[in-house]
Amino acid sequence: MSDAARWSGLRAGRQRLRDAADIALPATALVVMLAVIFWIRPAAMSYFGFSLLFKLSTPLMFAALAQMLVIMLGDIDLSNGAFVGLVTCISALYLGPQPMLAVALFLLAIAAYAGFGLLIHVRQLPSIIVTLGLSFVWLGCGVTLLPGPGGTAPDWLIGFMNWRPPLMPLPIWLAILAALAGHFVISRSSYGAVLRGAGGNPRTLQRAGWSIAAVKTGVYAAAGALACLAGVLLTGLTTSGDPNVAPAYTLLGVGAVILGGGSFSGGFVSPIGTVIGALTLSIAGSLLSFVQVPPTWQIGAQGVILFLVLAGRVLLSEKAP
Amino acid sequence: MTRRLVLAPWTYSFIVALAMWIATTAYSGIGSAGSTLAAALAFGAFSVVIGTGQMLVIAAGSGNIDLSVPSVLTLAAYVSMAVMTGHDGMLVPGLVVALLVGAAAGALNFLAILLLRLPPIIATLAWSFVFQSFAFNLGGEATLKPPALLSAFTVWAPGGIEIMPLCVMGLTAAAVFVLRSTLWGRSLLASGQSEPAARLAGVRVWRVRLIAYAGCGTLAALTGFLLAGFSGGAALNMGDAYLLESIAVVVLGGTSVAGGRANAVGIWGAALFFNLMATMLNTFRIEAGIRLMLTGALIILIIAIVPKPRAA
Repeated sequence: MSDAARWSGLRAGRQRLRDAADIALPATALVVMLAVIFWIRPAAMSYFGFSLLFKLSTPLMFAALAQMLVIMLGDIDLSNGAFVGLVTCISALYLGPQPMLAVALFLLAIAAYAGFGLLIHVRQLPSIIVTLGLSFVWLGCGVTLLPGPGGTAPDWLIGFMNWRPPLMPLPIWLAILAALAGHFVISRSSYGAVLRGAGGNPRTLQRAGWSIAAVKTGVYAAAGALACLAGVLLTGLTTSGDPNVAPAYTLLGVGAVILGGGSFSGGFVSPIGTVIGALTLSIAGSLLSFVQVPPTWQIGAQGVILFLVLAGRVLLSEKAP
Repeated sequence: MTRRLVLAPWTYSFIVALAMWIATTAYSGIGSAGSTLAAALAFGAFSVVIGTGQMLVIAAGSGNIDLSVPSVLTLAAYVSMAVMTGHDGMLVPGLVVALLVGAAAGALNFLAILLLRLPPIIATLAWSFVFQSFAFNLGGEATLKPPALLSAFTVWAPGGIEIMPLCVMGLTAAAVFVLRSTLWGRSLLASGQSEPAARLAGVRVWRVRLIAYAGCGTLAALTGFLLAGFSGGAALNMGDAYLLESIAVVVLGGTSVAGGRANAVGIWGAALFFNLMATMLNTFRIEAGIRLMLTGALIILIIAIVPKPRAA
C-alpha cells in the first residue's frame, strides 16, 4: 500500500470521526431535552406524547434542509421563511379545488428560485442581499394572493398530517426518512461530493469538467422544492394559509444547519445533523413551558439554549482539530 | 476614457431616489415636493443611524453581521424611557443609559462570537432573543412615553430646516472621517480585507472588531432613543422593520458584504431610496402586496446592475 493510499484512508477515518462528532452534539442536546421533559411529565413518553411534541417540527425540518442546501453552496437564504409562507397561501387557496393550478404555481415558484440562484452565480452577487430582496417578493406575492390568514387545506392533506403510522409517530418517520435520504444523497453518493464541492472548492470542480452554474441552479431548485414541501406540510398542520406564518423559519433553519455541524464556509453540511438540529430547536419551546419558564422569558431562554448547545462545539473542536 | 463614465456604485441609489422623488412630485403636484423630501429625510435619518452601525460590522470582514440591532434598538428605547419617566430634566441620563445599553449589547455579541467561536449570524441572533426578553419584561405590552423635549427635538425644524437629519448628516461625516483618517478606521478596513494580513501588520483584529460591534450596538440604541421620541414612545415591535432595512441600506449604499470596503455616504442614498419609494407607492395607491414585490424587485435590480466594487 502506498503512502498516499494509507494517508487518504487515515484522513477518511478522521473525517468520519468528525462527522460523528458533529451529529453527537445536537443529538445529545435533543436527548437531554427529552429526558427533562419526560422527567417532569412521564406521560409524555408515549406514542401520543411524541406526536404532540414533534408535531410542528416536520415543516421546520424540511425548511432547514432547504436552507442546508443553500449553505452548502456557501450562500445563505434569507427568503426561506417568506417562501414557505407563500406556499401555504397557494396550498390553502388552490390545492383543494384546482390541484393542477397549484402544482403549476409550485413549479413556477421553484423555477424562480432556481433562476435567482443562477443570477447570484452569474453576476457573483451576495446571496444575503438578493435573498433579502426575494423575501419581500415572496411576501408580496403571498399578500396579493391572500391578504390575511385564510383558505382551507384539502382534506387529504390534513388527513395525512394526522395519520398515525405503525410503530412511531409520523413526524419521527418523516425525520428518519429525510435524514437518511439526505445522508445518502449529500454525504455518501459520488454526486453528493460534486454538490458539496460546488460550495467548498468550485475551482477544482470546474477543472474536473463540471458546470458550476448548472450544479448551483440545480441545488437552488432542490432547495425550492424542499421549501415547497415544508409549506405544503405546514398548511396541512395549520389547515389554512398565511403569508406571515413562517418568518421564523429562516433563522431557525440557519440555526438548525449550524447546530447540526454545518459551516458557512460552504461544502460542510450534515443532513442528519440538520434534521436533529431542527427537532432540537422545535422542542426547545415545549421544554421551556414544561419547566415553567415564565412566558416573558421564553424567547430569551431559547437564545440561552442556543448558546449552551453551541458552546459544545468549542469543546469538540478543541479535542479534534 | 470609458472608465470615467462608470459611476461609483453608491451613486445608483441616489439616482433612483431622485427619480422617485420626481415621479411622486409629478403625480401629486409641485407643492408637495418639499414635504415629501422632508418626510423622507426625517424617516431616512433613523435608517442611516442604524445602518451606519451595521456598516461598521459588515466592513469588519466576511460573515460579520449584526442581527440583534432591532432588539437592541427596542431594549435601549425601553430602558431610556423607563429612566426618564417622561421628565425633560432626565434627558441626558436617559441618553447616556441608552448608549451604554447599546455598547454593552454590542460587546456581548462580539464576546459570544470570539469565545464560543460562533458565526456572527447565530451569535447575534441568540443574543437578540435574550435582549427581546429583557425589553418584554421591562415594558410588557405597554408603550412608555418619551419626555416632551425629546419629541420636540426629533421634529424641530426652525426655518424649515430639520435639525435631526442635519445632526445625522454630521454623524455620517464623522463616520467618513473615522474610516478614512483614524488608526481604528484603517485597521477595521484592513481586518475586513484580509484578517491574516492585518494580523501580520500588527493590527489587534479582535479589539478592532470588538469596537465595531460595540459601535453598532451604540448606534442601534441611539436610533431607539430618537425613534421613541419621534413616534411617541417605546413599543415592542418598533425595531422589527429595521432588521432587513439596516442590512439593505448598507449593501445598496456600496459597502461590500465581503468586508473591507465601507461607504458611509451611500447609506443616505439607500435610505432615501427606501423611504421615497414607500412614499411614491403610497401616493400611487398601490396595494400592499404589489408594493412589497416592487421593493424586493428593486433591491435585486439595483444590486444586479451596479458594477462590482471589486472588479478583480
